[in-house]
Amino acid sequence: YIHIINKADMAASKGLKILVGCKRVIDYAVKVRVKPDRSGVVTEGVKHSMNPFDEIAVEEAVRMKEKKLAGEAVAISVGPPQSQETLRTALAMGIDRAIHVEIPLAQLEKLQPIHVSKLLAKVCESEKPDLVILGKQAIDDDCNQTGQMLAALLDWPQATFASKIEPSQDSKQLRVTREVDGGLETIDVSVPAVVTSDLRLNEPRYATLPNIMKAKKKPLAKMSPDQLGVDLQPRQEVISVEDPPVRKAGAKVESVEDLVGKLREKGLVK
Amino acid sequence: AEKRQIQELAFTFTQNEVAPHMQKWDAEHIFPVEMFTKAAALGFGAIYCKEEHGGSGLSRLDASLIFEAIATGCVTSSAYLSIHNMCAWMIDSTGTEEQRAKWLPQLAPMSRLASYCLTEPGSGSDAAALKTTAKSDGNYYVLNGSKAFISGAGATDLYLVMCRTGADGPKGISCVMVEKDTPGLSFGKIERKLGWNAQPTREVVFENCRVPKSNRLGPEGSGFGLAMRGLNGGRVNIASCSLGAAHASLLAAREYMAVRKQFGKQLAEFQALQFQLAEMAAQLVSSRLLVRQAAQSLDSGDPGAPAVCALAKLHATEQCFDVCNRALQLFGGYGYLLDFPVQQYLRDSRVNCILEGTNQVMRMLVARDIIGRLGDA
Repeated sequence: YIHIINKADMAASKGLKILVGCKRVIDYAVKVRVKPDRSGVVTEGVKHSMNPFDEIAVEEAVRMKEKKLAGEAVAISVGPPQSQETLRTALAMGIDRAIHVEIPLAQLEKLQPIHVSKLLAKVCESEKPDLVILGKQAIDDDCNQTGQMLAALLDWPQATFASKIEPSQDSKQLRVTREVDGGLETIDVSVPAVVTSDLRLNEPRYATLPNIMKAKKKPLAKMSPDQLGVDLQPRQEVISVEDPPVRKAGAKVESVEDLVGKLREKGLVK
Repeated sequence: AEKRQIQELAFTFTQNEVAPHMQKWDAEHIFPVEMFTKAAALGFGAIYCKEEHGGSGLSRLDASLIFEAIATGCVTSSAYLSIHNMCAWMIDSTGTEEQRAKWLPQLAPMSRLASYCLTEPGSGSDAAALKTTAKSDGNYYVLNGSKAFISGAGATDLYLVMCRTGADGPKGISCVMVEKDTPGLSFGKIERKLGWNAQPTREVVFENCRVPKSNRLGPEGSGFGLAMRGLNGGRVNIASCSLGAAHASLLAAREYMAVRKQFGKQLAEFQALQFQLAEMAAQLVSSRLLVRQAAQSLDSGDPGAPAVCALAKLHATEQCFDVCNRALQLFGGYGYLLDFPVQQYLRDSRVNCILEGTNQVMRMLVARDIIGRLGDA
């Protein structure tokens, strides 16, 4: 049969081109410690890995390739030299090639989602993906902003907190199920679009030994923020970083009346 | 950099699929075949076999990293995985094209499992004195005899059996592959052991067991050499399992010492106990370096490799058992309870000083190598 080569047509033999964002963060299992000077948290010598939501994004891109919905999947990471390890993990999971936007150490701590989304937007201008999948938020700063900002900068539709991505009924759009406070919302978005992944979108695969070895040969391109013409001036200044207050002891009450009395005492109930 | 990725993969797999079940497999004597299938899907079933028939084509050093990582989650399972890998390698390195094409595609994904049969009731350290015979009968060998302490026996599909096709001594020994369900092949009762409970260990009995001669690996009389070459790698692998046990035990002890208080102080604040941790670290790290050196000597084809492998096995299994033992002591009374993990690392790593050549045999090999080099610069 005849394929209509139309970027928005999911039945096109080439499939969607997907760009996946991966961030290198402190590993979720590490006990994070605040630096003695309270300027931030200790990162040196601490185990880092790919942001778990980004792993889910990578997995989704690879699955879309396997389902022939996508043709090419490219991973991108904005970060220090070690972000290359994160990209190698993505390559080992099945991504085709990678782009590393290297951030000098001095500017790393002050990097904000506004900067990252501008860098990604610039890369989208040249790479022209049909779909950008990002993790919904990074587990270090929990900002939950980059995907939304990127969509705004590109003036693309966004479908955040995705728990399912599939072709729409007419195959001309993407049907995304979103996890929202009220439950599940299903929307159709045209491509190109930005989607952010939520926890239940999928369960990421392990890399396999053969794929780890194959990943060595996959292309990994380096870029700088200067090349992309993005200004990394910080818009925020971190004044201090502190531990959360130590949990205070509670009090036991004998009856409901006691409980209500105590709540009134503390001004929590009228 | 890929070695780090490989190690991370092994650790992540262990955290998710192995460590949570370690206690249960030991208590209920479960041989975790499902977990092995998952491990093999990642390429852990034939790590240093050639890629041609499904092997991962990696090095002995990569294998050491993998077995050490998995052993932090279950020493017994990592040990069986290493035995299976050793058998797969024996076929990959010595088998004919037909044998490799037939067996590796089944062994690599661990859809069929293998056992290594050398030891007999009458010949352990004196392995070359084995008595299981393989008498020629047309296109078949007829096997008679029995093997002892065989890991996985009864649950595995392919038995690599060292048996006597010729005269006494090592030169009369050949390696023959016996498939399960071959008439004349039977098993003794499952042995009750101090550790390695997640793995059945049994006698393997041959009574007029007819095996096609096409199942012989390598020429007649080459079996003992093949068995010994398999063991060089096996020793690095078993030593790697000991490293994992010691590593996990040391970490467990450290965590406990940060939590347990006596005399108004954390255990971690007592110098005598701090010195214990430091000594344990010295034992573990020195063992690790030696084991990895032995792995690299195998990878580089160093003719002195067998002696380094014996030295690494000797040192690491003994030192790492001691680390587990010290860790258990640091836990005090709780260390003795089955609810706490160090006792399992201790029990499971104890046998590493015994199998794949006792540490006394390791001393023999190392001494022989040293004395034999008298006159070298």
